[in-house]
Parts: sequence; structure tokens; C-alpha cells
Amino acid sequence: MEDVQSREAIVADLKREELKWLKERNRRRRLRRKVRLSRSWKGDIFVIIVLIAFGFFSAYPLIFTIANSLKPLDEIFKFPPRLLPRRITFEHFVDLFNLIGNTQIPISRYLLNTVLITLFGTVGHVFLASLCAYPLAKHKFPGKHLINQMIVYSLMFSAAVTMIPTYMISSWLGLIDSQLAIIIPAFGYSLGIFLMRQFINTIPDELLEAAKVDGANEYQIFFKIVMPLVKPAWLTLIILLFQQLWGADGGNYIFTENLKPLSYALSQIVAGGIPRTGTAAAVTVIMLVVPITVFIINQSRVLDTMAHSGLK
Amino acid sequence: MTSITKNKNKPSFWQQVKKNKVSYSMVAPFFIIFFTFTVLPVLMSFGLSFTSFDMLQAPKFIGLDNYINLFLNDEVFLIALKNTFILAVITGPVSYIMAFVFAWLINELPRKIRWLMTLIFYAPSISGSAYLLWQLIFSSDMYGVLNATLMDLGIINAPILWLDTPQYALPILIIVQLWLSLGVSFLAFIAGLQTVDKTLYEAGAIDGIRNRWQELWYITLPQMKPQLMFGAVMQITSALGIAAVSINLLGFPSVEYSGHTIVTHLMDFGSTNSTRLEMGYASAIATVLFFIMLGSNLIVQKIIRRVGT
Repeated sequence: MEDVQSREAIVADLKREELKWLKERNRRRRLRRKVRLSRSWKGDIFVIIVLIAFGFFSAYPLIFTIANSLKPLDEIFKFPPRLLPRRITFEHFVDLFNLIGNTQIPISRYLLNTVLITLFGTVGHVFLASLCAYPLAKHKFPGKHLINQMIVYSLMFSAAVTMIPTYMISSWLGLIDSQLAIIIPAFGYSLGIFLMRQFINTIPDELLEAAKVDGANEYQIFFKIVMPLVKPAWLTLIILLFQQLWGADGGNYIFTENLKPLSYALSQIVAGGIPRTGTAAAVTVIMLVVPITVFIINQSRVLDTMAHSGLK
Repeated sequence: MTSITKNKNKPSFWQQVKKNKVSYSMVAPFFIIFFTFTVLPVLMSFGLSFTSFDMLQAPKFIGLDNYINLFLNDEVFLIALKNTFILAVITGPVSYIMAFVFAWLINELPRKIRWLMTLIFYAPSISGSAYLLWQLIFSSDMYGVLNATLMDLGIINAPILWLDTPQYALPILIIVQLWLSLGVSFLAFIAGLQTVDKTLYEAGAIDGIRNRWQELWYITLPQMKPQLMFGAVMQITSALGIAAVSINLLGFPSVEYSGHTIVTHLMDFGSTNSTRLEMGYASAIATVLFFIMLGSNLIVQKIIRRVGT
């Protein structure tokens, strides 16, 4: 009897702890909006001008690309060029689908390949990175410091450094000419685990301790407590990986035509030169619309994770 | 007896490993993949850099020959080194400061506008191949946006071959790279700024902080140090790794190697598409790049650690 009671008490305690933590998080979020101190109007105007100027610099090429994909060809090559289309046409998108329709492999196949790579790569990475980040953040064991150091140092060089040996390793493992050559290395993406570890660090230890007292084992704690609490971090990892995998063209790794991703098929179309300028813009729009939409949906959660990205 | 208590107080290495086998089982799947595709390649690259290796026959040990050739006999590498250095010294700090300043400026905007500005500044870095549009802007004929605008305004009479003129190569790369550069570190800065304790600003106002510049220097920057470090790592690594923009805008190789960087040089020798297949030599380039990246990261971190101390 007593045991059951104490267990209930502990569970209630746990709930309260969690609630407190979530409340604190919300309070911080609300606080972000207030407070305005010592601002001069001259400074404000300066800030606004700077933001508009650089916002224009940042947005112009993207708007131009989108506009070009909707312009008829004669408007794209008009002197002097205009940013916005006078007549809107969808002919480039139609052309694009016709062009791809004429190849031996249907566009749906390329699209499916990209979706498969993106889906498996992202899901696998988020799961494995969270599973690994939990002990790295919260447990004490020999080698932990070394692994954490390796992860931080790996942020300091780009993939070009490891290009040749990675190819050799992939070939030893029999990954060449398979989508796994893109998916499996994506599982081990180091920026993802770094951000996840930083985020798990912020979970209060009391929450985990309480669950342990309650008799939960480490895997239960991970699935029932840690995973639900780090949802904002999942979304960040998803976005980071999504944008890489969505644009992956399989380059040196995939040779069989019907295994190649969308990005490859589209780049072949763009290679058609000046008459394809409009179609190329349509291609770019298709490629950029997906990652940007994903980011738009998740912006606030991503920023939640990035708040803990700091290096000490 | 004493030995047993001693053991209890200080368990041996293997006892500790055994006790934590659950932790290891959680770390292992990710770590094995991470090690195989990130750590091991660095070690292999280092090893291969002392060999002559064409992927067909086994590597042959040749000592420091690759490095000697690289620095003494390869003029193109020295051009690449110089270009990479110029690009990194300009785009690294400028993009870093841009990312911070924009994050800081939009931090106080109303929520919805802040959301929009974040999207506008961040979008280029996630829009894949959209930077190819710059090809249209810098296009060499009179339809190129820049040429057309300059001709329209009467500043030039004939179109300029922007992408094929060596002296414009680096400025163009810098502009496009800066356009692309507000990425992860920009987000980290925005997020970091939002978590700075607002009561510090109120306290600062009482203590006589008079304008936003003082507030930035005395309160915000010291509070942001961890994000500043993280951002620096991201910007340095990408500034030293410029390659795709150069290859796609300026061609491969670019005119007179004007846009050649260490990474494009590495690809020239080490890409499996390349006809050279000199993997040992390419590994030496990769190793040099590795130490340049690591070295500049560590130096810059040391500098940032001093902020506010």
C-alpha cells in the first residue's frame, strides 16, 4: 500500500517539476517581448535603414528567381531587365514536367528517391543523435569527455577534408551506388548531436532523478521523459538535415540512373543553356520551396534550440 | 579490508565501464557511424598524405614528398592558398559581424517583423542552388542585371565580362558568399540574444548605461560569449571551405585560377570524377586544410574568450 502511495506521490512530484520547468520556459518567452530602454529616435531610424538595405540585398536574388520562373522567355531577356513579371505564366513549370516526362525515368522516381533519402536520413539521425546525446549530457562514464571533445573538434573542419577517405570507406562497406551512401553518413552528422546535447543539458537533473527513484530504467527515462522534452531540438535537427539531404545529388556515389535523386535530374535540365533559363528558375524554385517552408513552420522552435548552442 | 574499501571508493577503469554499460549502449550506434565517417577519415587522410596513391594500386610510402611538392613546386596551390586566405580573412569576420549585428538589430523589433526578418536573412543559406541566380546578375552580356543597370545609367558603354575577368573573381565570390553566410550562427545569435536576462538591462539602465551601444558592450556581448564562440566556429569553417560557389559561378578551373581555393584544388586532384586520381597528393592538401581550419578556429576562440575580461 505504502509503496503505491509513495509512487503516486513521486509521479505527482515529477509532474510538478516538469510543469515548473515548462512554466519557466514560457515565462522567459514572454519576457523576451517587453523591456525597451534608452533608445534614441536617430538610432531607430538608422537601424531601420540598415535593415531595409540589407534585407533587400538578401531577398532580391530569391525574389528575382521566383519572378523569373513566372516570366515568359522574352521578358527574361528584356533590356533593361525588370524584377517583376508583366505577364505571369506557368509555362516553365509545364516545360519542366514535359522535359522530365521525356526521359526514360519518370520524375516521380527521382522524387521518390529524394524523399526516401531525406526521410530515412533525417529520422535515423534525429533518433540516434538524441539517444547518444542523452548519456553525453547527463551520465558520467569513462570516455565521455573524449567523445564530447571529438564532437566539438569535428565542427571545426568541413566535409571537404574527409572527402577521399570517406569515399574509400563507403566503397569498403559496399555503399557505393546505393542511396545508403548518403543516408548512413547523414546519421553521424556532428552539428546535430552537438545541438541536441546542449539542449538536453538544460533539462533539470531532478526530473531524471525522480524518474529513477520511481524505478524507470535509462531507456524508459530516455523515451518517456527526455524525448518529449527535447521536441524543439528534434525540429532543429530535422531542418538542418532536411536542407542538406533534400539538395543532395548523389554526385560521386550513385551511378544507376533510377537511384539518383531529384536534385541530380534537375541539374541535368538546367545544363541545357540559355533557352532553359526560365526552366532553370522553375527548378530552383522547386528546390528551395521545400526547405524554406519547413523552416517557416518551425522557426520559433528552432530558435529555442539554438539558444543553447553555445560553446564554452 | 582496507583494499576492499579502497576499491569501493575508487572502482577500476573496467568496473566503471561495466557499471555504465547502458550509457555505452546508447552512445554506441551514433558514435560508431560518427567515428567511421568523420574521425577515421581524418586519420586516414593524414596517413595517405605521406604516400603516392591512385586508388588502383596499394599506397606507396614516399615520406614528405607530397608536402614538398605542394609548397615548393605547385604554383597553383600557392594561388589557391592566397585566394583562400583572402576570402577567409574578408568573408569570415564580415559574415560573423553581419550575423551578429543583424541578429542584434532585429532582436528588439516587434515579434512578427522579427519573424519575417529572420526568414529573409536566413533564407539564402537554405535555398540550395538559388545562388546560381547571381550568374544572371553578373552575366557577361547586356542582359546581365548588373551590366544592364550600369549601361542604362550610362556608367559603362559596353558590357563587362564579370565572371571571366580575373580581377573581379574574388570580389564576386565574396559578395555571393556573404549573401549565403547568415546560416546557423545567425540563428544561434538571435536565440542567444533572446535569452539574455532582461533584468540585467534594467539594472544597467539604473547603473548609468545610456545608449544601446554601451548596453551592447557591457551587458549583451559578455552574456553571449558561448554563442559567439559557436558562431565563430561555424563562420570560420565555412569561410575556409569555399568551393561550390567558385566552381558553379566562375567555372572549374576558373580563368587564370582567379577563383581557385584550397578545396577546389583538392577536388582537382582528389575527386573521383577528376582524371588525375592523385589521392596521396590530394590527401596532403586535405591535411593542410584540416590544420588551417583547426588552427584558425582555436586561435579565434582564444581571442573571443578574452571579450569582457
